[in-house]
Amino acid sequence: MPERLSLNVNGQTHVVEVDDPNMPLLYALRDELGLNNPRFGCGLGQCGACTVHMDGVAARSCMVPVAAATKANITTLAGLGTPEKPHPLQTAWLEEQVSQCAYCINGWIMTGAALLKENPHPSDDDIERVFAPLICRCGTHGAALRAVKRAANAT
Amino acid sequence: MSADPVHSSLSLNRRAFLAASGALVVGLANLPHEADAAPAASSIKPPLRGDQLDSYIAIQADGNVEVFYGRIDGGQGLETSIAQMVAEELDVPFDRVHMVMSDTARTVNMGGASGALGISRSGMHLRSCAAEARRLLIALAEKPLALPAASLTVTDGVIHAVDDPTKKISYAELIGGRYFDARLDWNGKYGNELTVSGRAKTKDPATFKVIGTSIRRKDLPRKVFAQLDMVADVKLPGMLHARMIRPNIAGAVPVAVDENSIAEIPGAQVVWIKNLLAVVAPKEWNAVRAAQRLKVTWSASRPNFPGHEKLHEHIRKAPIIRRTIQAENGSLEQGLQQAVRIIEGEYEYPTQSHASTGPACGLADVRDGEATVWTSTQKPHYARDGVADLLGLPPDKVRAIWMFGTGSYGRNDQGDATADAAVLSQHLKKPVRVQYMRHEGLAWDPKGTASVNRSRAGLDANGKVIAYENISKAFSRLDTATNEGRAAHTLAGHLLGVPLEADLSFEVPVASYTFPHKRLGWEIIPPLMQRASPLRTTHLRDPYGPPILFGSESFMDEVAAATKTDPVEFRLRYLTHPRDREAVKTAAERYGWVPRPSPRNDQRDGDIVVGRGIAYRRHFDTFIGLVAEVRVHRNTGVIEPLRYVCAHDCGLIVNPETLRHVIDRQLVYGTSRALFEEVRFDENMVTSVDWLTYPVLHIGSMPKAIEIHLINRPEAAPSGAAEMALGLVPAAIGNAVFDATGVRLRRVPFTPERVKKALA
Repeated sequence: MPERLSLNVNGQTHVVEVDDPNMPLLYALRDELGLNNPRFGCGLGQCGACTVHMDGVAARSCMVPVAAATKANITTLAGLGTPEKPHPLQTAWLEEQVSQCAYCINGWIMTGAALLKENPHPSDDDIERVFAPLICRCGTHGAALRAVKRAANAT
Repeated sequence: MSADPVHSSLSLNRRAFLAASGALVVGLANLPHEADAAPAASSIKPPLRGDQLDSYIAIQADGNVEVFYGRIDGGQGLETSIAQMVAEELDVPFDRVHMVMSDTARTVNMGGASGALGISRSGMHLRSCAAEARRLLIALAEKPLALPAASLTVTDGVIHAVDDPTKKISYAELIGGRYFDARLDWNGKYGNELTVSGRAKTKDPATFKVIGTSIRRKDLPRKVFAQLDMVADVKLPGMLHARMIRPNIAGAVPVAVDENSIAEIPGAQVVWIKNLLAVVAPKEWNAVRAAQRLKVTWSASRPNFPGHEKLHEHIRKAPIIRRTIQAENGSLEQGLQQAVRIIEGEYEYPTQSHASTGPACGLADVRDGEATVWTSTQKPHYARDGVADLLGLPPDKVRAIWMFGTGSYGRNDQGDATADAAVLSQHLKKPVRVQYMRHEGLAWDPKGTASVNRSRAGLDANGKVIAYENISKAFSRLDTATNEGRAAHTLAGHLLGVPLEADLSFEVPVASYTFPHKRLGWEIIPPLMQRASPLRTTHLRDPYGPPILFGSESFMDEVAAATKTDPVEFRLRYLTHPRDREAVKTAAERYGWVPRPSPRNDQRDGDIVVGRGIAYRRHFDTFIGLVAEVRVHRNTGVIEPLRYVCAHDCGLIVNPETLRHVIDRQLVYGTSRALFEEVRFDENMVTSVDWLTYPVLHIGSMPKAIEIHLINRPEAAPSGAAEMALGLVPAAIGNAVFDATGVRLRRVPFTPERVKKALA
């Protein structure tokens, strides 16, 4: 039987109907709420393309059962900032012209933004540590690191 | 075309305008919004004929310019750079130029993404089209302004008298929303072969205002603020989500399917057509669960693959089914006979995967004898042709709409997912979205081929190279074509029993070194499996660059070392073209290269040693020198790239900052190919199924510094840049390791285990 669950995403409460409470949060965000920004990359927690914030902490939405996400404040890239009110890391991302295809962009920006919240002035090592598990096949790793430093310096 | 009401009415408007010199603003016929997922509809439907200016450029009623670009932007900024080229020649503000990319209903086939030809070929064609449009518009302005063309100029899309800016008329007023109805000089071909130009002269580079400036990428704000829908984000009303079911042993086909095994999953349904097997469900997660649970009995299959560890042994022993000498001068045999010393070297390159960040996704809606597919394949026009072939529809009944998606890095799995979606949609009579899972993105994409590269050099008494041979023995790089334009070149086609059409071909390094006797060629061995092979080959980014250049540029270093010659000096002895020479010299100078032979011999005892290496290539008219400095940890075999210095000459530079980024990112990507990437397989199947079993570069292995020196030649036609530098990375690193250790690495990837073994 389908189950009704409540999700708090980007400041709004949504009710979703799921056939399986173990369904990863990713599918609820994408298919039920139409939030396309977290993307399917591996479904294994190995790449980061599906990253969102749960209570400000970067989480892999492909690994979190939707039923375990009902109490969290979830933020996706779309909720992080807007062109009018960008997050400093989004501004820095554009300054550094980081991305190419950008399929992986949720992982890098959401992970970087979570780091900046916890540590506003991270060292290169700090940044490398949080970015270590992320996959980018276009080779934007170094540019992503520079963007985090730029955002840190801007605040 | 005459049946198209929009086209007809616009043509009438155009004719009406030409007849009357009065009213200039014509109401716009708005096209219906064609598909929710498609980019915004344009006001003008291009005629899709190669010889028509209207097929390439349109001026809308509001003065915005639409460019119909029959290629794509895979993330390297072409949407921006091509628009810059058009804005320059048309004299319109850059912001008013909008690109329509590879929608088969709106763009002619210019080849898709291919060989880094976006700027060098199609960009130049569109530049000529824009110049022609400007010329025609000025001619149109003569009458209303009562001035001759020679006394008119253009500022920001407004034609005005050179000496009186108040005597003016805008492009929009002249032609907005209507057709030019002008013919171009077209060679009658489509795809990469298409060439087109107008009569107008393009601008003198000295007068450029937009070309050569670092305008920021148009696509990035949409990506950074999550406002850009990719193909995986398209949702069609009533669509079913599909997951393909693949065997665990290559070549096995389904013989029995237990539909009860997924009976409890809401809406889940099996689709089984010949050897193609899939599950579909209205909800995506239910399709995923069904794919995980479906019980299938597979036929017995014994592929007897050699396994990746013994692959090169297999290649050496395998029969040759085609041998081609592609470039030859002098007589190799004679040269070798005259030689007093012969040096031989052999280098092995592994199978590599496109390994896109996103496994492929494609959507199709097939109904009433027509089909629409949404795809992020590199070559959407060929995807249309392939889908038509698979479905038995005429190509003009199929529309392929390209959308941004994961980087493809060559002919990856996206064409296959599009084909799968089309087959399933035709069968189910419903829109279908196919999303591959991670294991498919690695184990089932068509692969970049493995090779063994043999080189020989004959030296005279003075140590001068008088004979040189480079032969690659390899699988064909084209088991499946570089595009999915025929059913035979899709995995779906293989599973549905379409006869195969493999091509037998490899390549040789570009022959820029001048030796009196030279022979470059290749030998092709049979594929490991004919049909639906997870190891079928095709183009992987810079299709033959890394495999061949790893061999040829490592070997140049080997000969330099054998003759105790500085590796830069050695290359310069045999390079005569000034652009080749400048690329090598610039890279060396900017690095601070001090001439001496390799290896350096002064740090033999330490655990940690440092070395430098150079590699050079010419690819089309792009000339590149790359110096790599690396640190080698002898005890662990870990190679750390410390510094890359790249000199890059691709002629005229359209957007310097974007070009720098393109080179910077691909040097990182090339590092991944050199240090980490190898498709693993056993006797039955590819065993690289995730990011643990197909290791790639992570941030900790980044080169510590990448310095790029652009050599701008405004007088030279632009050449490509999207994949030219990456092919040098394996050889540059290998040469640096030799410099540091005196040990030559002969097999990519340079994993710690392999390096440790080589150093032992």
